[in-house]
Amino acid sequence: MSIDHRTEGSVAKPRLTPAPPTGSYLGMPAFPKGVKKELENQQLRRNLRHATTTIRGKRALRAAEVHDWEELRVAGEQIKNRVGRHLDHYLVQAEEAMTRAGITVHWARDAEEANRIVVEIAKSKGTDEVVKIKSMVTQETELNEALEEAGIAAWETDLAELIVQLGHDRPSHILVPAIHRNRSEVREIFLEEMGNWGTPAPPDISDDPPELAAAARTHLREKFLRAKVAISGGNFIVAETGSVVIVESEGNGRMCLTLPETLISVVGIEKLLPTFEDLEVFLRLLPRSSTGERMNPYTSIWTGVTEGDGPQDLHVVLLDNGRTNVLADPVGREALRCIRCSACMNVCPVYERVGGHAYGSVYPGPIGSILTPQLRGVASPIDQSLPFASSLCGACNDVCPVRIPISDILVHMRHKVVEYKRKTHKLPTGESLLFKGIGWMMGKGQRLAGAQVATQAAARLMKRRKYIGPLPIPGYPSAWTNARDLPMPPAQTFREWWDAREEQR
Amino acid sequence: MSAREEILERIRRATADIREKDPVRDVPVDWAYGRPTPVGDVLDTFVENIEDYKARIVRTGADGTGRAIVEALTELGAKSVLVPSGVQDTWVAALEAGGFTVVRDEPVLSHAELNEVDAVLTGARVAAAETGTICLDHDDDQGRRALTLVPDRHVCVVREDQVVSDIPEAVARLRPAVEARRPITWISGGSATSDIELARVEGVHGPRNLFVVLEAQPSSR
Repeated sequence: MSIDHRTEGSVAKPRLTPAPPTGSYLGMPAFPKGVKKELENQQLRRNLRHATTTIRGKRALRAAEVHDWEELRVAGEQIKNRVGRHLDHYLVQAEEAMTRAGITVHWARDAEEANRIVVEIAKSKGTDEVVKIKSMVTQETELNEALEEAGIAAWETDLAELIVQLGHDRPSHILVPAIHRNRSEVREIFLEEMGNWGTPAPPDISDDPPELAAAARTHLREKFLRAKVAISGGNFIVAETGSVVIVESEGNGRMCLTLPETLISVVGIEKLLPTFEDLEVFLRLLPRSSTGERMNPYTSIWTGVTEGDGPQDLHVVLLDNGRTNVLADPVGREALRCIRCSACMNVCPVYERVGGHAYGSVYPGPIGSILTPQLRGVASPIDQSLPFASSLCGACNDVCPVRIPISDILVHMRHKVVEYKRKTHKLPTGESLLFKGIGWMMGKGQRLAGAQVATQAAARLMKRRKYIGPLPIPGYPSAWTNARDLPMPPAQTFREWWDAREEQR
Repeated sequence: MSAREEILERIRRATADIREKDPVRDVPVDWAYGRPTPVGDVLDTFVENIEDYKARIVRTGADGTGRAIVEALTELGAKSVLVPSGVQDTWVAALEAGGFTVVRDEPVLSHAELNEVDAVLTGARVAAAETGTICLDHDDDQGRRALTLVPDRHVCVVREDQVVSDIPEAVARLRPAVEARRPITWISGGSATSDIELARVEGVHGPRNLFVVLEAQPSSR
């Protein structure tokens, strides 16, 4: 993918931060169309293969080290099920505990409401910029653009998010958002863009990762030291104590959580844990599953306001934005256990080849394919295509630290998509006609025998071939056979073979 | 209807199929909390895993802590050292004797002033061997969170009796801190990133150098 350039030409108001690519996730083409572009990009495929292979190996090593790994996974599953099935109870408990500890708790039905709450708080502080910790949920609500609209610059401080922001790009992975970029692309982005928005990169910078990380440290330090307001997500909220937990690597999170006067954390309602002790399960599962480390470098836990230490004005915005839709489906609700570790995308053969952008969502890969169509519904072409963006190989099920049966939910979601189409299409779809036809044909032995005679006749016309390749018949036949080779129909059908065998007896 | 009421109402509708209203009875959790992890020698494991993060660690007898601190700061090339109010007097005396500029957070230092100090010296609350993790609860011997964040070098003294096998035991020991609503920070090596091609780079925003001094109990030496 080439570097997009600033798209501010036609807009009168100058940008406060680098503009993201135009268009919205929901407007993206269906998955099979979207991947065509990505698959042609050899650089992208090389970057992804290298990155996912490395991280898969590290995860496997760190999971194998833990003697009770399977027990831990079961505990993770049970604790998260307990929270999800009684979410109203734990949310009220968490709200009480947080309020007692001096945190102002807000509730947001959807993305727009969450963004409005954050913008209002930031505005009331009279600031024109905020620093941000990498947060999938604020990517989901597109908070940065809402802040930009309101005249507030939002600076991403995670290295990968900085690469994405400066590159006028979108994240393609939930843990390593710039996984699709290699070092020389990062160097180009830093050289070209850093100077437009703050401390420039040294002009003689090389593509050595430590040098690039040092440039990011210098670029961001002035922003950390002067910021008045920070915005974060949250990995966990402990309902019993009202503690908020953030795990990270670089220390940009600690900078944002410690130095500004005001901290606003936007957290999905499913992120609760019942007790403080539950952290012993999740803080062992999460780092080993996500970065493949025994422990991530930094974990911050705060329980309200501490006088003389850190932000004195703390806010938590509890966000629904479709999560209650997920909860309403007794099969699909298991996806709400997700702790955003990214192990499923790192192990997925589809993700490894196409990357995160084609999924049309901030949540790509296997978990995104089951979560996004539940969060947003299955009305758009992209959301209808996501449950089919899988070979159902099931590798994701085995690595998931909270044992989400991802491939089962994929099949369940395929069913929901078909049901939705049946309800909303006046005329039957080509697909439903095809399956009706197959159903009719297979409904009676004589019809199936007739069809087999027809395929044998077709096979005789195509003799000398070993298999059936792409068929020049438009629609489903060509779409299906373009990606698959079919074996030739055998000279003798099973029925013929059986009859011959009976005669010989 | 307020957003709060509406979301709670949506949740109740979405979970109407769940008959058992007691969360604990509805979903039993089989996990036994707070158990030690079998790791062999706890202290050796701790040292190995700290070194695995490319952080430095030395072991010392209780009477050698002052000297170990001075050697650590010398190795790190620090001249000025920030010292939280609860740090032991003998350590401060060793710093002064070693010719370091001792900086106190009294009156409270600004972010810019913190950024000028070379290093910070602290104690810890508890440490976990299996993951090489040091947990701070920001008591007086560790100081407010910014002190262990902005300076580029962190020398942390951990007593041997503070090291437990793994995270479950550490979480149990942090219970009083969370009940007292103290902020808690877990540190596992220096700051690091793997954001460029998943190559691990030590040192981004947090202290780039972590130096642990593991202090034996007076009785054992």
